[in-house]
Amino acid sequence: MTAAAAPKPISQAQKDEVLVIVARHKHQPGPLIEILHDVQRSLGYVPAEAVPLIAGELNLSRAEVHGVVSFYHHFRSAPHGRRVLRLCRAEACQSMNGRALERHAIKRLGIGFGETTADGAVTLEAVYCLGLCACSPAAMIDEDVHGRVTPERLDELLKRAGAGAKR
Amino acid sequence: MTVTVWISRDAGALALGAEATAQALLAAARKAGGDIKLRRNGSRGLYWLEPLVEVECTAGRIAYGPVSERDVPGLIEKGLLRGEAHPLRLGPIEAHQWFASQQRLTFARVGRIDPLDLNDYLAHDGFRGLRRALEIGSLATVNEVVESGLRGRGGAAFPTGIKWQTVLKQPEGQRYIACNADEGDSGTFSDRMLMEGDPLSVIEGMIIAGIAVGATRGYIYLRVEYPHAFQVMNAAITAARNAGFLGSNVCGSKHAFDIELRLGAGAYICGEETSMLESLEGRRGEIRVRPPLPAEKGLFGAPTVVNNVVTLATVPVVLAAGAAAYRDFGQAKSRGTLPLQLAGNVLRGGLVERAFGLTVRELLYDYGGGSASGRPIRAVQIGGPLGAYLPESQFDTPLEYEALSAIGAMLGHGGVVAFDDTVDMLEMARYAMEFCAIESCGKCTPCRIGSVRGAEALGNIARGINPEGNLALVEELCDTMLQASLCGLGGMAPYPVLSAMKHFKEDFRQRTAGS
Repeated sequence: MTAAAAPKPISQAQKDEVLVIVARHKHQPGPLIEILHDVQRSLGYVPAEAVPLIAGELNLSRAEVHGVVSFYHHFRSAPHGRRVLRLCRAEACQSMNGRALERHAIKRLGIGFGETTADGAVTLEAVYCLGLCACSPAAMIDEDVHGRVTPERLDELLKRAGAGAKR
Repeated sequence: MTVTVWISRDAGALALGAEATAQALLAAARKAGGDIKLRRNGSRGLYWLEPLVEVECTAGRIAYGPVSERDVPGLIEKGLLRGEAHPLRLGPIEAHQWFASQQRLTFARVGRIDPLDLNDYLAHDGFRGLRRALEIGSLATVNEVVESGLRGRGGAAFPTGIKWQTVLKQPEGQRYIACNADEGDSGTFSDRMLMEGDPLSVIEGMIIAGIAVGATRGYIYLRVEYPHAFQVMNAAITAARNAGFLGSNVCGSKHAFDIELRLGAGAYICGEETSMLESLEGRRGEIRVRPPLPAEKGLFGAPTVVNNVVTLATVPVVLAAGAAAYRDFGQAKSRGTLPLQLAGNVLRGGLVERAFGLTVRELLYDYGGGSASGRPIRAVQIGGPLGAYLPESQFDTPLEYEALSAIGAMLGHGGVVAFDDTVDMLEMARYAMEFCAIESCGKCTPCRIGSVRGAEALGNIARGINPEGNLALVEELCDTMLQASLCGLGGMAPYPVLSAMKHFKEDFRQRTAGS
C-alpha cells in the first residue's frame, strides 16, 4: 500500500546522470539545492546512493547533503507514483471544507499523506498553500492546478488522470 | 477582421478552467469562421469571475465572466466577438465597481498586459522608474524610497529605504539583491499574481535596487509550489536580458546587473529572510541569529538587500511617480497602497489594492459580499498562519500596520482569510501549533518543542483530557515561544492560538465542560 519498501538500487547510468548534473552546477555559488532539484527532476527522487556522490563532488560530508535532502519537504528519497496529488491543508482551504476533501482523498485512495497507492498510480502529498486561496479548496495534480475542488470533482480529476478508485 | 480576445494564464484562472475556456473559444471561433487573436494576461484579481474573457471592441475591452468551457458556443452565437449582450457580459472591467473603487499602483498593469511582451510593458509606463533612477543616481534613488514611506510588504513592514541605506553604507565590495518570492502564508497570492501577471515590474524593481545600493547581482528565491510563476519569471528574465535591461550595461548605462532565479523546496521557514539566505547558499533553511543583519552580512557574507516581491515591484512606481505622489496615499505610518488578498470563505475573493485604511468589515462585505457559504462570518485570520484571529467585534479595525498592532494582530503580507460560524476555533488553534511543528527549522527549543507540546495539549483539550491544566500549559508555552524564539515562526505562532483562546472562549469552554 505504501512505498515503504526500499527502492531498487540505482543503475550505473543513473549514477552517471547524477555526476553530470553535479558537474553542471558545481561552479556556481551555493549549488546544492539546484543539484537536488535537477536530480529529482531527472530520476523522480533523490536516491540514497546519490548522496555520497554529490557530497564527494562538492567536498561536503554525507551528513550535510543528507541533512539538506531531509530538511526540505519537496525532496523525496523514494520514487513517487505516476501522478502526484497535492492537497492544500492550509487555513484558507480549511475554511472551505478542505478537511472533508482530505478525508475523502485518504479514504478513496486508501493511503495517507506521503504514501503511494499499491498500483503505483498516485502519490498523495500535503501542501501548505498553493496561492489559490480565493478559489479554495485547492489541489494540484502534477503541475495542473484546480480550485473549488469538491469530493466529486476530485474523483473526476483522478479518473481523468488515469488514477481511478482502487478500493 | 481579427478580434483580439484576452484570457488569463494566471494559476488561479487556470485552476478555474481558463485553459479549457481558451481552447473552446479558439475551436468555436474557427467553426463560426471568425478569426481571433488570443492573448494571455495575468488575472484582474476578480477570481469569482474567472475564467474572465475580455474582447477588444470599439467600446474598449468588454469582459464576460465567469465563462466556462460549456458557455463558449452559446456566447459566440450571441455575438461575444462583437461585445454584444449576454447575461455573462460585465462590460469594461475598469468600470466594474469592484475594480473601479480600487487604487491600483503596484498592480496597475496586472491583467491589462501580456506579461512577457516588452513592448506592452513599455507602452504601460514600464521602465520609467528605472530610467529615472539612472538619471538621478544611487543616493537620490535611495532617498526617494526613504521619503516614499514604503515599508516591506512581505510582512515585517520594515522601512525599505532605511534597509537600502544600511547596505549603501557598507564597505566597498560585492553586494546582492535578494527577492523573497517564498510566499507561503495561507490566504496570500499577491506575489504570485505579480510574477505571473507583471514579472517585468519585479525585475525593474530589482535593477533599481541594484543601482541604488551598488549591487550587480540579484537572486529571486521562488517557492516550488508556484510552477506557473517560475515559468513566467524565467521567460521574463530572458526577455529583459535579450533587450539589454539586464547584463553588463543596463539600458546602455555603466551599471551591470543580472538576475538568477532559484527554486525553494517546500519549506515555509525559508520565507524568513535569514533562512532564505541559508537556502540560497545551498544549506538547510535554518535561521541565522541576528545581528549581523542581512544588510550588513547577508548572502555569501556580503551586504544584501532582502525585499519581498510586492515591495520590489512597487519601487518602480515610487521612482516613476515620485516619493511624494506615493506617500500621498495611505494614512499615519502606513503610506502608499496595500494589495490585500481576500480569501477563504467569501463570496467574492480576490485582489484589492487600495490606499491603507480600509476596514476589515468593508473588505469582507463591500468587496467580499459576505461568506461563500451564506452563513455569518465568525472569524478572520489576517497575515497568514502566524496572524491573529479577529472576532466580529474587531471588524471595524482599519487594515494598517499600527491599528492592527494595537489590537495584538498583524497585517503581515496582507492576506485576509474568512471563516463562517462552522469553524472550530480550538481546532484552528491546534492546527496553528501543528503547522509550526511541521515547519519549524529546529534551531531553537521554544519553537521546536513548544509547538509539538502545544499541539498535543490543545488536542488533549479537544478530547476533554484535563482541560484546565492543558489550557494553562498552552498559555505558558505560548509565553515561552513569544519571548524566547529566535525568529517569527516560533515567536508569532502563539498569536493565532492566544487570539483564538481570548476571543472565542466558548469553543474552549465547551470542551472544559466535558463535551
